[in-house]
Amino acid sequence: MSEAISVLAAALGDGSVEVVDLTHTLDPDFPVIVLPPEFGQCARFRMEEVSAYDGRGPAWKWHNISMNEHTGTHFDAPIHWVSGRDVANGAVDEIDPAMFVGPVVVIDCSEGAASDDDFELTPEIIAAWEAEHGPIPANSWVLMRTDWSKRRGAEYLNMADDGPHSPGPTPAAIEMLLARDIRGFGTETVGTDAGQGAHYTPPYPAHYLLHGAGKFGLQCLSNLDRLPATGAMLIAPPLKIKGGTGSPLRVLALVPGKTGSGE
Amino acid sequence: MKRQSYEGVVVTAPVSVPYVRYSQETAHWWIARALKQLLDVAGLSPRELDGFSVSSFTLFPDTPVGLTQHLGLSPRWLDSIPMGGASGVVALRRAARAVQAGDVDVVACVAGDANRIDSFRQLLSSFSRFAMDASYPYGSGGPNASFALIADAYMAEYGATREDFGRIAVAQRANALHYPNAIMKSPLTLEQYLSARPISEPFGLFDCVMPCAGAEGFLVMREDEAQRRGLAYARIASTIERHNAFPEDPVQLRGGWVMDVDELYEMAECGPDAIDVLETYDDYPVISMMQFEDLGFCAKGEGPQFVRDRDLTIDGDFPHNTSGGQLSAGQAGAAGGYLGLVEAIRQVTGQAAGTQVAEAKTAMVSGFGMINYDRGLCSSAAIITGAGR
Amino acid sequence: MTDKLLPPKKKNPQLRQRVPTLPPAMRSRAALGLTAAAARGEFSLQHCEDCGAVQYPPRDACSSCLSVKLSWRETGRQGKLIAETRIHASPDPYYRERLPWRSGLVRLDAGPTVLCHLHGDVGRGDTLRMDLKLDKAGQGAMIALPVERTPDMADDPQLRSLTADPKHRRILITDIRSPMTRPLIDGLLAAGAAHVFVGQSESWRRGSDHEAIAALDKVSVVQLDVTDASSVQRLAAEIGGKTDILINTARFVRPGGVLGADTVFAREEFETNALGLMRLAQAFGPGMASRTADGVNSAVALVNLLSVHALSADPHYGAFSASQSAALSISQTLRSEFRSSGLRVINVFTGPTDDEWHQPLPPPKVPPKALAKSVLTALGEGLEDVFCGDVAKDLQERWRKDAKVLERELTGGGA
Repeated sequence: MSEAISVLAAALGDGSVEVVDLTHTLDPDFPVIVLPPEFGQCARFRMEEVSAYDGRGPAWKWHNISMNEHTGTHFDAPIHWVSGRDVANGAVDEIDPAMFVGPVVVIDCSEGAASDDDFELTPEIIAAWEAEHGPIPANSWVLMRTDWSKRRGAEYLNMADDGPHSPGPTPAAIEMLLARDIRGFGTETVGTDAGQGAHYTPPYPAHYLLHGAGKFGLQCLSNLDRLPATGAMLIAPPLKIKGGTGSPLRVLALVPGKTGSGE
Repeated sequence: MKRQSYEGVVVTAPVSVPYVRYSQETAHWWIARALKQLLDVAGLSPRELDGFSVSSFTLFPDTPVGLTQHLGLSPRWLDSIPMGGASGVVALRRAARAVQAGDVDVVACVAGDANRIDSFRQLLSSFSRFAMDASYPYGSGGPNASFALIADAYMAEYGATREDFGRIAVAQRANALHYPNAIMKSPLTLEQYLSARPISEPFGLFDCVMPCAGAEGFLVMREDEAQRRGLAYARIASTIERHNAFPEDPVQLRGGWVMDVDELYEMAECGPDAIDVLETYDDYPVISMMQFEDLGFCAKGEGPQFVRDRDLTIDGDFPHNTSGGQLSAGQAGAAGGYLGLVEAIRQVTGQAAGTQVAEAKTAMVSGFGMINYDRGLCSSAAIITGAGR
Repeated sequence: MTDKLLPPKKKNPQLRQRVPTLPPAMRSRAALGLTAAAARGEFSLQHCEDCGAVQYPPRDACSSCLSVKLSWRETGRQGKLIAETRIHASPDPYYRERLPWRSGLVRLDAGPTVLCHLHGDVGRGDTLRMDLKLDKAGQGAMIALPVERTPDMADDPQLRSLTADPKHRRILITDIRSPMTRPLIDGLLAAGAAHVFVGQSESWRRGSDHEAIAALDKVSVVQLDVTDASSVQRLAAEIGGKTDILINTARFVRPGGVLGADTVFAREEFETNALGLMRLAQAFGPGMASRTADGVNSAVALVNLLSVHALSADPHYGAFSASQSAALSISQTLRSEFRSSGLRVINVFTGPTDDEWHQPLPPPKVPPKALAKSVLTALGEGLEDVFCGDVAKDLQERWRKDAKVLERELTGGGA
């Protein structure tokens, strides 16, 4: 075991394994999910200066920050959704920490999403991916690449009079992933579900089915275009919030480097 | 009921402490200097003085009570006359009755004020509650603006011109050139008056007095007391006083004298023709013009014609404000309310030196004071007589 | 006729900006009745309850019958100018730098003589209309105006010093999404505003009229989220030096009382409605306060939109009402803090607005256009407290009459 870690350390040192940051900067103006206004809303990230080497604290600078558990690049725990309310160890502070580091596969939907804002991840696409890359390994993260993270501002939520339009998985696709016993599902969009996900049965299938099955979610990811389809390692530990349903976090991927002596 | 005469009471010892434009000295200092002169003239020590009457705007936080300790006095009779331009005559009539009744033997009447840089602004901004609430916030022209409004209304009503007011100011300057204590020492022509920079229209610079520091004083005592001390004195023929006259007038085109002028002459048993020299309260020439009318020297509205017809200088046919008045001698706060009376005492006792009007035996002094809001509230007048020498 | 006020030239950056001074501010307690009337746009004088005599200047006892029962009542504004002067010299620093200054004596038809400021279009002998306005010291001041409106009369320098007229001024409206923003922009531009900045929060979710507003001439859409201190500070750093009027239209409202499961909406309400105002004032206030004597386009006012339930809670909007009370309280402290600069804090109070959050309520409701008009009136007339719409006016009257009775009525069981 210790040998594996030294190998990894060496690979990180010589660039044969690179670290990719999949996280958006926590910014007060970063979009959050928008629900109908009569519902409670996701708090935006806020930061207020407590002192800045001044009368309020002569030698130090620091901020109070506030946000929702689901603000910015964030992790969804099973108890986030009603279907996962009774999942054992379903809060962020209860999840086995081993779940926060693990293999990841990436299904590239960027071409389809470029031409169709409501592009769907379907079982057919998953099947085609598996035909090329082999079966999705159990206990791995599955990330849906759409290049949506390259969008900015209003384009990102893509709100219309009938709600947001952004790509996501169909219920059948989620059923198929669950059949592979994945660890969790992640997206570049503001949620793991499609913008129009409310119109599926069940509504918001990714949330409903994944969390009901004790699986995790990651959203607002970026830089998925820098990940290989297979062979990367994801590091995604949420804050240890008591009874937390999720958490903003720094998501990192270890990927084979372009240089060095890696395989 | 017929008013009792001032028989047996006289006014004497006119003193003036030369004015200065700005001074760091306090009102206490100025009053002390006037008082010292008065006591020296009468041969009294401070502890012997038994009556003291004070007028001052700038004693704060003291009152005349504090002054007694400050100056080492132990009077048995103390008065404070906060009536600005009406103070001199009012102090005189109060003191005269007290002396006459035997409540006091000698009253030293003193008015004096300090004038530090910016103290005039501070005085104006809190001069009275109505001024603070309803006049000072409106352009802060102070009394210049308030009296300019009166002058504007007066001109519109009676056809007075700036030249008419100018005649008063020019004559007073001519008089002041004979009064060594006057602040203004250069002649003034009507052209200069008319072309002076505007202060508050229709007023120009020479319609306005110059605030300064200084003090004036006189003594009131029994006639036998004055004789015993060898003092030249004047008798008090009559006095009047009135406050807030004609409140229903929308703007002040007449003063309180109108209510009391008949009594003034009746008590003195004379008419306007008997007056050899007139000292009016001249915070502005228009107010002097109003006094010519209201004190019976001409009819209401005839002031403009009156000044066109008469010569107001010392040697003229109507000697007026012979020491230059406040317009040329300067306005030392409440001392301005004494200036005319002190000069009048000098005139009828033959002590006026350079400003002496020949054969001046009967003088009238009028006072006017306290623009509380839109008009002067206090009016006063006195006729005094002397031997003329 | 008033000379038309011309747009200001660009500032000479080598000259020191003029430091604000105030006209004389000291008043007796009685005279504050004039200030209270001026703040509301009323022309009120003391009337004797026993003999009916109208009093001026304000006093503590009737000068006709010595009764001490004097009450402030709306009084006829008609009068005649009986004397006038143009002041060319003053020991007062404020007036000294604004000379010459005209003042006059007006005989009111109601009786008293009033010493007042003079509009340039009135002269001795004219009949006129008297008005009470707040001066730069925030005190009630009398000004004589022509009976009929004259062209460009608001440009008169003495009148303009008593108002917050938008002409040639640059205005920041904080929330593009408020339904009153569009009519407000239209009104401000019609009133001659030089430029209108409109804040948008969350650029990633634009409102439907965003494009139309952004396309307007003399209008710029800027990033501003009043709940985000850094956003407010960023914008203040950018345009704080040229913000002459700030109109805070940002508002968060949700129905519901106080007994609920959480404080999520209440927090949003306080963040936006109360703390938002505080953030705006902190970021923009000092800069504006330093520019209140800066010529034609000097900084002049901060306008705050409030529910009239800031005065007394509407239990159906409990947390919202609380946030409005908090905002009102903050505005009062701001008035104190801006006093020395002459920067005016205007509160425009409204009843239920005609929007989604008051949809089930019966009329009358205040349409956005009416609210915008009230803001324009407040600026143009120089008011400090404006009550827009019948509900707000009615509630304010009842509140002034007896706050406890109103509370009992609003909390149920009243007639």
